[in-house]
Amino acid sequence: MSIMDKHGKLERHSLLLTVGILAAVSIGGIVEIAPLFYLENTIEKVEGMRPYTPLELKGRNIYIREGCYTCHSQMVRPLRDEVERYGHYSLAAESMYDHPFQWGSKRTGPDLARVGGKYSDEWHLDHLKDPKSVVPDSIMPPYAFLAKKELRFDDIEDHLKALRLAGVPYTDDMIANAKADLVAQASPNVDFDAEDALVARYTEASGRDGTVKVSDFDLNPGAVTEMDALIAYLQMTGTLVDFSTYEANDLSNRR
Amino acid sequence: MSTRADISRGSGPGFSIGTVSLLTGLVALGVLIIAGNAADPMMGAHAWIFFFLTVAGLMITGFWAGSLNGRNPFDPAFYEDTIVKFGVAAAMFWGIAGFLVGLIIALQLTWPGIFYFPDLGWTNFGRIRPLHTSAVIFAFGGNVLIATSFYVVQRTCRTRLAGGMWPWFVFWGYNLFIVVAGTGYLLGVTQSREYAEPEWYADLWLTIVWVAYLLVFLGTLWKRKEPHIYVANWFYLSFIVTIAMLHIVNNLAIPVSLTGSKSYSLFAGVQDALTQWWYGHNAVGFFLTTGFLAIMYYFIPKRVNRPVYSYRLSIVHFWSLIFIYIWAGPHHLHYTALPQWAQTLGMVFSVMLWMPSWGGMINGVMTLSGAWDKLRTDPVVRMMIVALAFYGMSTFEGPLMSVRAVNALSHYTEWGIAHVHSGSMGWVGFISFGALYCLTPWLWKRKALYSKALVEWHFWLATLGILFYIVAMYVAGITEGLMWRAYNEFGFLEYAFIETVKAKHIMYIIRAAGGGLFLLGALLMAYNLVRTALGHGEAGETAANDAPKTATPVLQPAE
Repeated sequence: MSIMDKHGKLERHSLLLTVGILAAVSIGGIVEIAPLFYLENTIEKVEGMRPYTPLELKGRNIYIREGCYTCHSQMVRPLRDEVERYGHYSLAAESMYDHPFQWGSKRTGPDLARVGGKYSDEWHLDHLKDPKSVVPDSIMPPYAFLAKKELRFDDIEDHLKALRLAGVPYTDDMIANAKADLVAQASPNVDFDAEDALVARYTEASGRDGTVKVSDFDLNPGAVTEMDALIAYLQMTGTLVDFSTYEANDLSNRR
Repeated sequence: MSTRADISRGSGPGFSIGTVSLLTGLVALGVLIIAGNAADPMMGAHAWIFFFLTVAGLMITGFWAGSLNGRNPFDPAFYEDTIVKFGVAAAMFWGIAGFLVGLIIALQLTWPGIFYFPDLGWTNFGRIRPLHTSAVIFAFGGNVLIATSFYVVQRTCRTRLAGGMWPWFVFWGYNLFIVVAGTGYLLGVTQSREYAEPEWYADLWLTIVWVAYLLVFLGTLWKRKEPHIYVANWFYLSFIVTIAMLHIVNNLAIPVSLTGSKSYSLFAGVQDALTQWWYGHNAVGFFLTTGFLAIMYYFIPKRVNRPVYSYRLSIVHFWSLIFIYIWAGPHHLHYTALPQWAQTLGMVFSVMLWMPSWGGMINGVMTLSGAWDKLRTDPVVRMMIVALAFYGMSTFEGPLMSVRAVNALSHYTEWGIAHVHSGSMGWVGFISFGALYCLTPWLWKRKALYSKALVEWHFWLATLGILFYIVAMYVAGITEGLMWRAYNEFGFLEYAFIETVKAKHIMYIIRAAGGGLFLLGALLMAYNLVRTALGHGEAGETAANDAPKTATPVLQPAE
């Protein structure tokens, strides 16, 4: 057993042992993770993806802050029952601007990858305030306090800049108009120019009409609340990609 | 050897006290600036917590150093055992806190009408579930690991901990991280990366603490008086080194502002997901497995007074375990948008992982050769061996669940919750309880535990609690998994999602009852350990062989 004898050397030299451990535990991660950054077919080519609008981004941060991911996944698997229950299976492209990802690991509640557009804003408002009011057997916590909290967004430009640093294609235009865009999305029929500018900006990024929803999400025209932001985010999840042009069986999309 | 020891002591005890105080002072100054300019209230709260605790630390250090009167507090002739005592107390405290929070969130899912408050967002499940996981894994488990690693490395190297004041920096710095992490979850500060939720500034602080931990551990190995590094120390070392790597890579993020709490993860989508689960799975592999296997390799041989079953097996299973574990992360992402080649690699290595895991279990259990009677007579030994039985069960179940076809059913369900709790309550919990029951009489120089009968009660309450818990969650998980995919005779989905939630109600009640029993057992343990430390009951007499505080350690490596 000569190999076993040689092990004695590692047992007598702590730095050799440390280097050996580091080598042993590095290989797996390098082989599995590094290729994902340069293999081109890791992320499918799709039409319609765009960065989050400032209001949606704020809503997403509330989703993260409240720990929604502890009970809701955002990853529809390509299994018959899931595709029928939730919609088209999720693509890697759909989370390409997600810092961090929100795929989740547990479904104490249903998957939310494609909840966008499935229910009305009013339904979401009632449901978030008191889940049992629309789903009597629900075990979800109530989030009524979100409707009372005004959204803090004085540093929204910094958020977009940080994300641009991480690779999200926010334009100078989007950053400069972030505050106006945020207010405009939650205030329909108030400032038509601002509303049009918001829709034009993000429609151009998406390359596809109808991906920007302007609405008074919390039915409270007086204020932009955290509830506005969260519902704006929920209403856009899974709605960006144009599946009418997506070729699931194209060789470049098969992984 | 003596020169090395001299170097590691620096220029007297004042040196390490000075360097620790300097670093702490700089941090205090830095956080004071942040506190004054905080961009959001959460950052303000955390900066003040940091500031007051670091200043309190500096003041206590100052008073303590002033009262030394020339005495060397880091006398190399003695082991540093006071810090291990603090670690035992901290582990007990955080353990009970973590189990209690777990029970609360179990009750929330069972009776949401009673345990939710519409206007208290911080009491909602989403905020306190990370509080539970971090409290049990990092606060309870982490303090057990720090305490036992400091105890074991001194005994097996037959030398005092290196670094003078630095081990204390590691202990208090780590617990400060826990406080910042825990309060952060309640305030809504989170990166949403499971088991890596704390934000960027807490991560930076933990990095500093962890590097100090690695250096203290290596420094102690460097001045060892044994030619060989004992097997438990390989496992501790791999735990410290690998957690450092995982922690740094998984927490790469861009802060929105240096005075704000929010950051955005550097990676996005699919790359971010695999990085996170590479971390997440190996937090299990290197925090909850190799660290606690180190406990097995020291405490079981010591407790039953038998050598480790096989030296060769320990070598083979050590290297294969740490090499293979790191590949298994992608099995958390089966059928997701992660490319299938990565999923397949993760699955194959997860199945392979079964063998080294059982190699470790066999090495631990067979150490009882010639002392099997202890299973009957010593409930502490029984606890540690049952821990290994749970380890064997969950490391068989893990590879099973990582097979894609099985995972299609088990993923996203309560089956996963059952799996992690059989591993965490059964393996990590029981091996930790065993180590704490061993350490307390050893550290406080007591002949025995205050009450062996209470250990029996703890053992049976906790075992019953785990069984209630996992059986309920297995049934709930498989039930909901099958209901999600059930079709009726017309080819439509049979159940609405809410019906699958409703179906789990009874199971949730049983689970909460199991968690309650487990918590009750831990309370008995805390009572027993406190009475032991105080020297009551059977712990009354001082053990004869431990009385002389000599420089020559009486404990030998268990090889």
